[in-house]
Amino acid sequence: MSHDNLPVKDPDLGHSVPNPGLEEHVERYTDANEAAGNRAYAAVVGMLAAVPLLAIAFLVVYFAVPNDLLLDVRFGEVHFLTANAQNFWLGLTSGLAVLLIGLALIQWARVIMGDEESVEMRHSAASSEEDRAVFVEEWEAGAKQSGLGRRKLIGGALAGALGFAVLPAVVLLADMGPWPTRSKRAETIERTIWAEGVKLVNDETWRPIRPEHLEIGQLVNAQPENLKQFHGSAFQVEKAKSSLVIVRMDPESIKIPDSRKDWHVSGILAYSKICTHVGCPISLWERQTHHLLCPCHQSTFDLGNSGVVVFGPAARSLPQLPIKVSSDGYLVAQSDFTVPVGPSYFERDSSEDFKDGDQ
Amino acid sequence: MARPTTIGDASPVIEPAVAPTTKRNPAAPALKWGDDRVGLGKISRFALRKVFPDHWSFLLGEIALYSFIILLLTGVFLTIWFKPSMAEIEYDGTYQLLKGIPVSEAFASTLHISFDVRGGLLVRQIHHWAALLFVAAAFVHMLRVFFTGAYRKPREVNWLVGIGLMALSTIAGFAGYSLPDDLLSGTGLRFADGLIRSIPIIGTWAEFFVFGGEFPGELIIARLYMVHILLVPGLLLGLVSLHLALVVYHKHTQFPGAGRTENNVVGYPVFPVYAAKAGGFFFVVFGFSVLLGGLVQINPVWLYGPYDPAKVTAGSQPDWYMGWLEGAVRIMPGWETHVLGTTWSWNVFLPGVGLMGLLFTLLGLWPFVERWLTGDTREHHLLQRPRNAPTRTAFGVAGMVCFALFLIAGGNDIVATRFGLSLNAITVALRVLVFLGPVIAFIVTKRICLGLQRKDRERVLHGSETGIIQRSPGGGYSEPHLPIHENEKFLLTQHVQRQPLEVSPDTDENGVRISQEVSSTRARLSRWYLGHDVPKPTAAEIAEADHHGEDGHELEGQAEHQALEDRQPEPAND
Repeated sequence: MSHDNLPVKDPDLGHSVPNPGLEEHVERYTDANEAAGNRAYAAVVGMLAAVPLLAIAFLVVYFAVPNDLLLDVRFGEVHFLTANAQNFWLGLTSGLAVLLIGLALIQWARVIMGDEESVEMRHSAASSEEDRAVFVEEWEAGAKQSGLGRRKLIGGALAGALGFAVLPAVVLLADMGPWPTRSKRAETIERTIWAEGVKLVNDETWRPIRPEHLEIGQLVNAQPENLKQFHGSAFQVEKAKSSLVIVRMDPESIKIPDSRKDWHVSGILAYSKICTHVGCPISLWERQTHHLLCPCHQSTFDLGNSGVVVFGPAARSLPQLPIKVSSDGYLVAQSDFTVPVGPSYFERDSSEDFKDGDQ
Repeated sequence: MARPTTIGDASPVIEPAVAPTTKRNPAAPALKWGDDRVGLGKISRFALRKVFPDHWSFLLGEIALYSFIILLLTGVFLTIWFKPSMAEIEYDGTYQLLKGIPVSEAFASTLHISFDVRGGLLVRQIHHWAALLFVAAAFVHMLRVFFTGAYRKPREVNWLVGIGLMALSTIAGFAGYSLPDDLLSGTGLRFADGLIRSIPIIGTWAEFFVFGGEFPGELIIARLYMVHILLVPGLLLGLVSLHLALVVYHKHTQFPGAGRTENNVVGYPVFPVYAAKAGGFFFVVFGFSVLLGGLVQINPVWLYGPYDPAKVTAGSQPDWYMGWLEGAVRIMPGWETHVLGTTWSWNVFLPGVGLMGLLFTLLGLWPFVERWLTGDTREHHLLQRPRNAPTRTAFGVAGMVCFALFLIAGGNDIVATRFGLSLNAITVALRVLVFLGPVIAFIVTKRICLGLQRKDRERVLHGSETGIIQRSPGGGYSEPHLPIHENEKFLLTQHVQRQPLEVSPDTDENGVRISQEVSSTRARLSRWYLGHDVPKPTAAEIAEADHHGEDGHELEGQAEHQALEDRQPEPAND
């Protein structure tokens, strides 16, 4: 058979030492020593023979072990292993069974099957000159047969038709979501359900909060009272924007700009809990420094200074919610947030955000 | 009809493995049936005894392939019970601690699989472990292909297919671990939402289209489910098939060594040795995954609880293959531009979207960039030892160091609490290190490679150190060297050392300007890429060294002893 199609035409690539050729085959121990060969044979068969036993053990576990049984292996006080017993034994029996099949097959190939190496010649990925010539010939014949040479417009028309046929397919996707036009944004990502007079409620107990419930240094997670009207995904959508942290700080120890001097109630300030970076709910409160740290990407905001960023990847201050005390003595919002909460988006006008040093 | 190519003709004659016997083969009727209908004989003639080379590093891709099969098998099982719905229901399953809590159908059905379907937790955990293994194996497989130069001509197309597989598998992984709708995966989706939003100009539109409106909406789980079980696996299956078909067509690369050439492939035939080894290895990978699923807990979503946009856990991390992006997002300074009522969120877009794009672009372009630098146009079937491509190896290690530093940054809070360090100090240090680390790694790696080249040269010319110190009559000490085996000598010298490109003339013989093939910039870059190799010993040098050894001058330092003895007076004879 011809080898005129070898990948490398010149087999001598400037070798300083000539290729010594394949090493001579060396007999394995299992080939040379009959006892060793028999042991290897027994090992392979033994491994395969264990598989049915493990499979039956799996069935026994499946039907006999209740799925709330706890496996607890311990030495004295140290719990060495705590696991769901059913899961543990199902995994162990089936895992070992499958593993043993694999090991047996590999061991069979390694020590029992003949291990003489074979050599196969390669051929170049490219076709031979003759094939290329034939291809060109056939292509030209086909092109001639198609009539495109004389009636060129068909080709252009076909390309155009195919191109335009994509349009309906793309347009079909236009309803994947509402279009975030200016008005749509204004009623979705640019507003929350906070409004004048909406009570701030504790987000675990849903009780309204009175100023005297909070002591200096305390942080409370809060929600708007009207969030309860929402259910399912609407609830999640609103909660993802309206979540608050309320902190009480000594008014003497924090900076309150003139523009926001009416936004707090004797040192009680409310901020959006949604990080301005990528929207995690910010949780970690350092009461001495007044810093609030986001556990996701460690953006740190100074709640004693209108929520400006003091560290991390966030770029904008936390939006502050203006609050007051209602006639019946509860904390309520004065209005919605003055800027959109949460992470940045392209159409966001960020000139209204509080910057360090603003008054 | 075009004629078929001559592929078949160029393949070798296959010697029948067994002498023909008169014993009737019991499988013969079945084989005849198959051959009559699909030409089994023609296919098997080449396929059965096709040779595959053996090397442990060739198993990395196999692990990825087998993990993918395991994912398909276990995934089908999980779909029997999983409900991809964000509709709110009250949890009423076996797990007592969440009884009565409003959760989504997706979360509740995940708990149902974990607690109420026998073996459900096992299969769920196998699925998650296999997913981690899949991406990890694919990743290491890619590194093997990179460092050994296996992507060179004619395999560039398969390298690109591999890059596509890498991108798709991370998407599949992300979509998959988002499905249970637990607190951790919801936090991941929240992050993805911020990431999509940050894309300049189209970000908000992309967000509304992906989530069907505002985050989280009620559609994302169902959509990710479609992506996870239909769209991406379908594409993966197609690309995996193409990847393997090209491996079969090109035949596998092999490491250099005695008897191995660019024109042959040395190894074991598919039937029976390779089939048994590869098939056995599938069961080993599967068994290992099952043991992990049974013995090692992963993603206990019932401990995280259902998703709540107002809650998050400290130490929230994505699966490992997203960790480097998470790290980049964490250490990025808070840069944002506000112009004309628009917000350009560089702090999220650059590390999140930009870096991923950069990685895949660099990987995709690499074979072509290298080819431009070296001017190498021939086919390669012998792998390179990483030391013999020092600049590439240095690039690869620099990339790995960069990736590792980003990954560390993705757990900067964990590093801070485990090692009692300042979180802010770690973050600031990593901002510098992600740039400095790769540079240092590049320089160090290149030096190590060149050092190894020097060692190889030394070994070919002077042989192996014996570890025996001899004292000569003159009092000098020396270590005799033993010549190395011919096979090793060949291995250490077989590689081709390409010379850097020279600047080609920009005018023809008549002085007319022509387009220059190698510009001075290209030549300079080529010199930088190729020009530092330690020259491998030439045939003449080896002959000279051998001759030198035969004369009994193999003792190193002999010349110095001679000089020393010459200067000293003759020792007195007893």
